[in-house]
Amino acid sequence: MTRIRDEETLAAREQGSDGLHVHISQRQPIALDANLTCAPGELLALVGPSGAGKTSVLRAIAGLLHPSFGTIRSGGVTWFSSEDRINLTPQQRSVGFMFQDYALFPHLSAHDNVALAIDKSLPRQARDERTRQLLAMVNLEDLDVRKPAALSGGQRQRVALARALARDPDVLLLDEPFSAVDQMTRDRLKRELVALHGKLNIPIVLVTHDLDEALVLSDRLAVLYAGTLLGQGTPDDMRLRPPSRMVARLMGQTNVFSGEVVETASDARAGRLRFGDVDLNVSATRGWSRGANVSWMVASEHIVLHRRDRVEATAGENPVAGRVTDFARLGDQAALRVKLDAMPDAILNFKLPHRSIARNGIEVGTHVTVSLLADGIHLMAPDA
Amino acid sequence: MDWTAFSVSLQLAAWTCLLILPVAVVVARVLAWREFRGKSVVEALILLPLVLPPTVLGFYLLVGFGSETGVGKFVAGLTGQTLVFSFLGILLASLVVNLPFAVQPMQRAFEGIPANVREAAWVSGLSSWETFRRIELPLAWPGIVSSMALVFAHSLGEFGVILMIGGNIPGETQTLSIAIYDRVQAFRNDEASIMAAALLVFSFVAIVIVNIMARRRLLR
Repeated sequence: MTRIRDEETLAAREQGSDGLHVHISQRQPIALDANLTCAPGELLALVGPSGAGKTSVLRAIAGLLHPSFGTIRSGGVTWFSSEDRINLTPQQRSVGFMFQDYALFPHLSAHDNVALAIDKSLPRQARDERTRQLLAMVNLEDLDVRKPAALSGGQRQRVALARALARDPDVLLLDEPFSAVDQMTRDRLKRELVALHGKLNIPIVLVTHDLDEALVLSDRLAVLYAGTLLGQGTPDDMRLRPPSRMVARLMGQTNVFSGEVVETASDARAGRLRFGDVDLNVSATRGWSRGANVSWMVASEHIVLHRRDRVEATAGENPVAGRVTDFARLGDQAALRVKLDAMPDAILNFKLPHRSIARNGIEVGTHVTVSLLADGIHLMAPDA
Repeated sequence: MDWTAFSVSLQLAAWTCLLILPVAVVVARVLAWREFRGKSVVEALILLPLVLPPTVLGFYLLVGFGSETGVGKFVAGLTGQTLVFSFLGILLASLVVNLPFAVQPMQRAFEGIPANVREAAWVSGLSSWETFRRIELPLAWPGIVSSMALVFAHSLGEFGVILMIGGNIPGETQTLSIAIYDRVQAFRNDEASIMAAALLVFSFVAIVIVNIMARRRLLR
């Protein structure tokens, strides 16, 4: 009996009855084409430049925007289906939505802002109790009589969060939750979100234009550009192994170049890439065959500076030489730009601890040799 | 002081406020948040009584209210009463004349409610009616009070259209402002002056209320 139920659950899970499944597209009034999932307990970050359609996707999930085509399902319940003409109202969808500017009810106290979102079928006393719990959870129990105008930015954000959770939502949607507060408050609120994320077993979708924020907070990351979802995966996947040159750029990778595959091992686990007049060893050719023109990238963390007294390099390294064109100090790190001898158009950007800059006597104009680690070289489709 | 005229005026103002309130709330809300074809035409029609000479408006209402035509025929069939020269007639006229005063401040008030505050109410699970009652109405309240103060003062003082439609029948259609005109025509300036002073005070209080409400809206 138990086994059968387990199998049923498994089958249901495979059909995607668990978590949030969004598949929407439209051309007008704004182009959208997004296909994403978010499992219970998972935090999915939607990233992309302003105007990429991040907020529109969030609004579609909440039922505030009606896309032309597609389906939206949560926990096995269809919220939206253009084919079956299903379109639940925002009230019928169990969502907690935190707006970018919080959209608190200005005429109501913090307590009433939260209480209004609690299930009306509960007795009054239970509603009050629940409101107090929620306000205590966001550390606002002492400020419950204050109206939004009398709260600081961080406090407003907490009221908005408490209100978003007041419905016991099946999905939590956060639209740029940290954009309206100062840096110090932001760091504290982020830690609180991480703690909350650990406690909530529901899908959380976070919209942000701040890549670092997304990398730190999310379990998975989806990249949107001009309304189209270009890829989704773990932060490391998207950052170090992006599916396309465009995603690499949107993920902030600056070392994106073109090259040609000149050698592949039969198991595709090693190969050589021609870049200008040097050949680079790569650890994975990812299905590209010999002669293929590809884009490739290498992240800053896979670039190693050679000490001047050391000449030999192992096979996993790809020494390339170049001249430092400038460097900027960023706290304890320094951002370097190196113009490569092999490819004068190519500029390599990477960061180093500031002390190694000092130790190696590097300044603008210094000729340096750096290694591009073979494990870190990632091949992608060439520019369209 | 002509208490009969005062009572007619008061009744006219009170009924106008009462009846125009729900209509104006609905119209103002639609104009504030919906985009539709012919919206500017509708807005212009509502504002028309502000700029139209009272005699022109009164003339068309008189034609419309006549027992041979549309509204007048309908009401006559219903109540056996003509609209012209009756309290019901001046009440209907007053509603038309006051529509811009009622709609304008409310429309501004509803426009001042951010779209995402209403959306926040929806995603918090509040139905459209609850959103209206708990969120929109309290936020638009200063505008609604302003509207009602303006309508009240304006319908107390309305002259031209009332005279065209209602004539000058004491106890039925003779309002304070018409009574003032009546007394001045009869060289009874002392009686007119008391009534004029009463209207002056009423109008002043109405403007003060409107201003206080406008400031309260700004402060929030």
